[in-house]
Amino acid sequence: MESWNSRLGVILAVAGSAVGLGNFLRFPGQAAQYGGGAFMIAYFIALLLIGLPICWAEWAIGRRGGRDGFNSSPGILGYVTGSKKFRYLGIIGVIIPVVIYMYYVYIEAWCLGYAVNFLAGNMNFETVEEAGTFWGNFIGINGDGEAIGFGIKQVGGFLLLVFVLNFVLIYRGISKGIEWFCKYAMPTLFVLALIILIRVLTLGAPVAENPNNSVINGLGFMWNPNKTILYERTVDESGTDLWNVKTELVGKTAIEAARVEAAANPNLELRAKTMWSQLANPQLWLAAAGQIFFSLSVGFGVIITYSSYLNQNDDVVLSGLAATSTNEFCEVGLGGLTTLPAGFAFLGVAGVAGMGTFGLGFNVLPMVFSEMPGGAFFGFAFFFLLFLAAVTSSLSMLQPGIAFLEEAMAINRKQSVAILGFVTAAGCSFVVYFSAGVKALDTIDFWVTNLLMVVLATVQIIIFGWIIGVEKGFAIAHQGAAIRIPSFFKFVMKYVSPAFLIIIFGAWIYNSVLGFSLTGGEKKYSSYIVDLFIEPNVAAIMSVIVILLTGAFITLLTARGSFEPKPQPTAQK
Amino acid sequence: MTIGGWIIMILSVGSVTSLFVWCIYKVLSAEGEEEKIHGFEVETPDTRQDD
Repeated sequence: MESWNSRLGVILAVAGSAVGLGNFLRFPGQAAQYGGGAFMIAYFIALLLIGLPICWAEWAIGRRGGRDGFNSSPGILGYVTGSKKFRYLGIIGVIIPVVIYMYYVYIEAWCLGYAVNFLAGNMNFETVEEAGTFWGNFIGINGDGEAIGFGIKQVGGFLLLVFVLNFVLIYRGISKGIEWFCKYAMPTLFVLALIILIRVLTLGAPVAENPNNSVINGLGFMWNPNKTILYERTVDESGTDLWNVKTELVGKTAIEAARVEAAANPNLELRAKTMWSQLANPQLWLAAAGQIFFSLSVGFGVIITYSSYLNQNDDVVLSGLAATSTNEFCEVGLGGLTTLPAGFAFLGVAGVAGMGTFGLGFNVLPMVFSEMPGGAFFGFAFFFLLFLAAVTSSLSMLQPGIAFLEEAMAINRKQSVAILGFVTAAGCSFVVYFSAGVKALDTIDFWVTNLLMVVLATVQIIIFGWIIGVEKGFAIAHQGAAIRIPSFFKFVMKYVSPAFLIIIFGAWIYNSVLGFSLTGGEKKYSSYIVDLFIEPNVAAIMSVIVILLTGAFITLLTARGSFEPKPQPTAQK
Repeated sequence: MTIGGWIIMILSVGSVTSLFVWCIYKVLSAEGEEEKIHGFEVETPDTRQDD
């Protein structure tokens, strides 16, 4: 019977699962794009209404299933509800981590490759375009099959290395593999993040010709609740005036210069956006809820499996809160003060606004690190930090698959590692081969994270609040608990969280699938829908087929599996 | 950076840092934590080759 070695170990493992590239790259970009201070209000509300409730529900349900020997999402959900139907819904909790692993390990290899290349002195970029060209060549963005290469400036060798590392650690088991690695990796990650934080906060205004581009103004770009925007007027074919955003302005010098320019030019206008007007934008709320959701790895199938290896009298309430707070500290406290201000200090608003996760991480920041004093070391430290964060996450993506195969096929860890290794290697090869425009990676990510994760989280919170019942669910959660969940969370977990998730899901279908605008703009299908139904793209269609094939394989095994309870010896205490 | 920006940043970073420190303190100082530690000698399927 497998189990964790210590409470701190399981907390670090769950936190390690949650802490990833999203904390350091996606969060700052989202916060800045959706209004900084205004975004944070929605972000913390989403943390209270969906993040923590689903997290506690998953920890409690997982430990309850583990009491009778269930460690996989299908086994646990089928057992705690007493219904085979939920076993089939639990399949989603295996599909998500297994399929995400297929592309996540590829990104993990980018991080290791960048760290090594910084150490080797290969990262000297004068412009973001140069850094972008390096990235494109490194990952084979220009054509299918171009990512397959084993030189230091190609991803192939690094991918092989991280793939093997993950499977060696997962083969060693829960305590000797995952817990052992996270106990060293997470503190190392904190130290590296603090070193980079100190470096960034002491940059000042590193480009002498642009004193307005300073770290302080970079922090302002990230955190200011009210925004100053310069609009530019254009006239469309029908002669109607259109006012488009030209740029956001940060810093007294830049705002004053724009004010003078706008006064002299009738086609320019300076407007202030208050925090309250930004909070009225539904896109902001969706973005904040989405960030909380994906950042905490709730509805991912990982927490439920990890917590199933706990003893029945081990605390889950404090452990869940501790893992959540560790993730939040890394995201808000470290990620929020580091990456965007660093990019701003060298490139200003134009260089960092709307860059996206990959643009910020693999184009802007490599150029920024290569320009700063001691850049080789700090660049290495940053990408090694991302690599550690990625490994602790990818390890967590493998354990649900291992647990599922052991349970459904009644095989040992060695056999399940071999089968999962084959399945994920095949999927990863597909993602790496279809590297042109990162199409396969992007398509799989879109459908799995937006569709499947929200569905699984909704299923789990409904099981906790309605099938098990919120009173009984609280009793299960509080068994052996070091702290109590405040009573108002009963109402939140029963009504508010499911409603919130259903609204998010509905808004996603309305906006991203059906193409309707949430802010009154014209209907426009997302590129993911266009790729599948309007202008079919082979790589995108095959990516969806990979998800479906993985789902069919897991469904078949679930149908054939016996999923018999095997009570833990310690459960009799 | 505006005063509003400073306030939001300090409140956000301060609150998550305080929660993080409190949680780690509670975890490390919880009574009976020793009893909840399992041994590395616990049998795992990867060490069980006979099934």
